[in-house]
Amino acid sequence: MEKFNVIIAGAGLAGLAAAWTLAGEGVEVVVLERGDYPGSKNVSGGRIYLNPVRDLFPGLWEEAPFERAIVREGATLMARNRSVTFQYTGSELRAGQPQSYSVLRSKFDRWFSERVEERGAMLLSKTLVTDVIRENGKIAGVIAGGDELRADVVIACDGALSLIPEKAGLRAPGRAHDNAVGVKELIQLDPAVINDRFNVADGEGAAQLFVGDVTKGLFGGGFLYTNRDSISLGLVAAIEDIAREEAAGDIPALFESFKARPEIEPLIRGGKTVEYGAHVIPEGGYRALSRLYGDGILVAGDSAGFALNLGFTVRGMEYALASGYYAAKAILEAKKAGRYNAATLAVYQKFLEDSFVLKDFRTFQDTPRVLSNPHLFGHYPELAGNLLRDLYDIPAGPKSPIFTTLRQHLTLSQLWTMLKDAREVTKI
Amino acid sequence: MTDLKAKLGLNVFKPLPTPHIKIRPGMERDPRLKAAMRGCPAGLYSVSETGEFVLTIDGCLECGTCRIACGSEVLEWNYPEGGTGVQFRFG
Repeated sequence: MEKFNVIIAGAGLAGLAAAWTLAGEGVEVVVLERGDYPGSKNVSGGRIYLNPVRDLFPGLWEEAPFERAIVREGATLMARNRSVTFQYTGSELRAGQPQSYSVLRSKFDRWFSERVEERGAMLLSKTLVTDVIRENGKIAGVIAGGDELRADVVIACDGALSLIPEKAGLRAPGRAHDNAVGVKELIQLDPAVINDRFNVADGEGAAQLFVGDVTKGLFGGGFLYTNRDSISLGLVAAIEDIAREEAAGDIPALFESFKARPEIEPLIRGGKTVEYGAHVIPEGGYRALSRLYGDGILVAGDSAGFALNLGFTVRGMEYALASGYYAAKAILEAKKAGRYNAATLAVYQKFLEDSFVLKDFRTFQDTPRVLSNPHLFGHYPELAGNLLRDLYDIPAGPKSPIFTTLRQHLTLSQLWTMLKDAREVTKI
Repeated sequence: MTDLKAKLGLNVFKPLPTPHIKIRPGMERDPRLKAAMRGCPAGLYSVSETGEFVLTIDGCLECGTCRIACGSEVLEWNYPEGGTGVQFRFG
């Protein structure tokens, strides 16, 4: 029977971050990955924000296989037959170290796993963890590929479905209310064409989010990220809403109508789709987090629920990296104490409370509820579209005063609705 | 590219030894499966002529939507064996 110091289930960003940190301290660690190679089971929108995690992984980032540094941000309100887009760019996005990059996880995670192996961690691919071993109320290891593998402590980094924490009794099964599904096509395009279409230079990229008619009123939206020689185009929708709103149609059809929109089609024209992926995304925020530790076990990354959608930004990767890092730090403390029980491992939660991870999740604990306001996915995009249509319209006869046009759309009852919604917005 | 089957055909799939997701016996008419049918990105759920939900596992992206939508009362849900199923090259 094999016994390790630390077993990490899942070689995504959380698992690899933990392994990188532990192996750097000489801890004996094995990472179990069910795919052919790290990243082969990962799907993500495709954007990482480096500032919060840059200093946690010294020397790692210089050679990292990022796609493009994001220097243009777009947000589009999609009405049925028109849309309104806000764009932002600034010298701050081009000066110094870029704050965020587009990234393709199969490439990135594979590269990261090589760095982790160089530091002395063991990586076992094609190895699925099917259960935990429980002994005297403590997690004593895992069942993987039919074998019992024992360890002082297990870190569950098994992704959004979080089956290992569920088996370990740390959480209930994920609920439709707290999860969305994301689908994505990877569309190859010549880098020079991408530069031209998105008005960026070599190495620079654009990101755009879409909300409104793209999900036919369901909570969610579309996203577009430019990679070096491809575009990540995707759609996200709340699973609870899909279950409830029959009229919206099915996910594959919603995604196809999004792609066919006149705002999107010219951007991907001539591109060649080379992959179609999908994954569940935790959307419940702070209130939907898993318990983070137990006797002999820690939970990190998506498995813990560490993904945060703030409307303008959608983040998960840096929370995965940081939670993996702090899980490793907690284990180093436990190793010093020679105990891996819940009381000792509780320091993980404290590390996270003191870091941006749980600070962000607390700050934005009401955001998932506020952002699920159905007005955001139908009413406001239509309102913005109609208002701009009439402001830009030049009729055959005389044009109404601007104020008349404004009042037509921004009626008293309309303003009252906006005021009520705005009171909610103060909570985000 | 608009045809779902053709789109799934672009992915690298390694053969599954056995289906890793099954509708539990007796649950084939459970209304919760309707959400799985609408939510499945690969369109693998359908309704038979006799009104029962049917799951065809080939092309499964292992996204987990059906497990979240229906729960494990309705579905026996596992990941496929290590080194089988979809292998994303880009992710």
